[in-house]
Amino acid sequence: MFSQITLPATLGNLRQFLDFITTCAEKQGFCPKRVSQIELAAEEVLVNIFSYAYSEPGGEVSVTCGSDSARLLIRFEDSGIPFDPLSKEPPDVTADVSERGIGGLGIFLAGKFMDEIHYRREKDRNILTLAAAPKAESEVSL
Amino acid sequence: MELNSRKEGDAVVVSVKGRVDALTAPDFEKYLSEQADKSEKSLVVNMKELYYISSAGLRAVLGATKKLKEKRGDMMLAEVQETVREVFEIAGFNKFLKIFDTEKSALEQI
Repeated sequence: MFSQITLPATLGNLRQFLDFITTCAEKQGFCPKRVSQIELAAEEVLVNIFSYAYSEPGGEVSVTCGSDSARLLIRFEDSGIPFDPLSKEPPDVTADVSERGIGGLGIFLAGKFMDEIHYRREKDRNILTLAAAPKAESEVSL
Repeated sequence: MELNSRKEGDAVVVSVKGRVDALTAPDFEKYLSEQADKSEKSLVVNMKELYYISSAGLRAVLGATKKLKEKRGDMMLAEVQETVREVFEIAGFNKFLKIFDTEKSALEQI
């Protein structure tokens, strides 16, 4: 079963969006650690949308959450300007502190923690989807 | 989010509790920056009761680390929860900041 929430795309609504998503993940039986990783990925995607999607206030974001058999699926939709956060160059996470910037780090983390992350532009809407299995792939490689 | 600090020799020990997300990160960033200024050298951040950090929080830590480097000081993290530690490691921050199991062992390194 999928549930949905639609709210204005502002930082003030971040907690409400995240509560909705973590409740959804908990209902699927995901462990607290995995829920926290999902929350982080969702925050990074949402903050990106809040920052870049709309040039004027009033725009909204819809978040749909549910599961297909084993995985949790989360879809973020907005009707802002076309913006593919995945097209950005990933940050150099091996750089030393003096050469370190912070650009792109949020989406990079989201990609690391989620099993899949996709973007598409459809009918004047940005659609970003995350898929998470109960166990993070990153746990295997760390 | 709750922030506290105390002076410990040449270092300042900051403890951060709760969560650092995009909402609380601006306050965290300001606080860390002020404490980095106050410290003669290094900053130890005790993260024992920090349960969540996102990239907005990493930005705050990076900013303070750069500031400390200017006075040849280090950013040291202590007692970091596993989920938070993983975020720092995936972001590659363990390359330029030191992570200690206890606050005591961090202070001994200064």
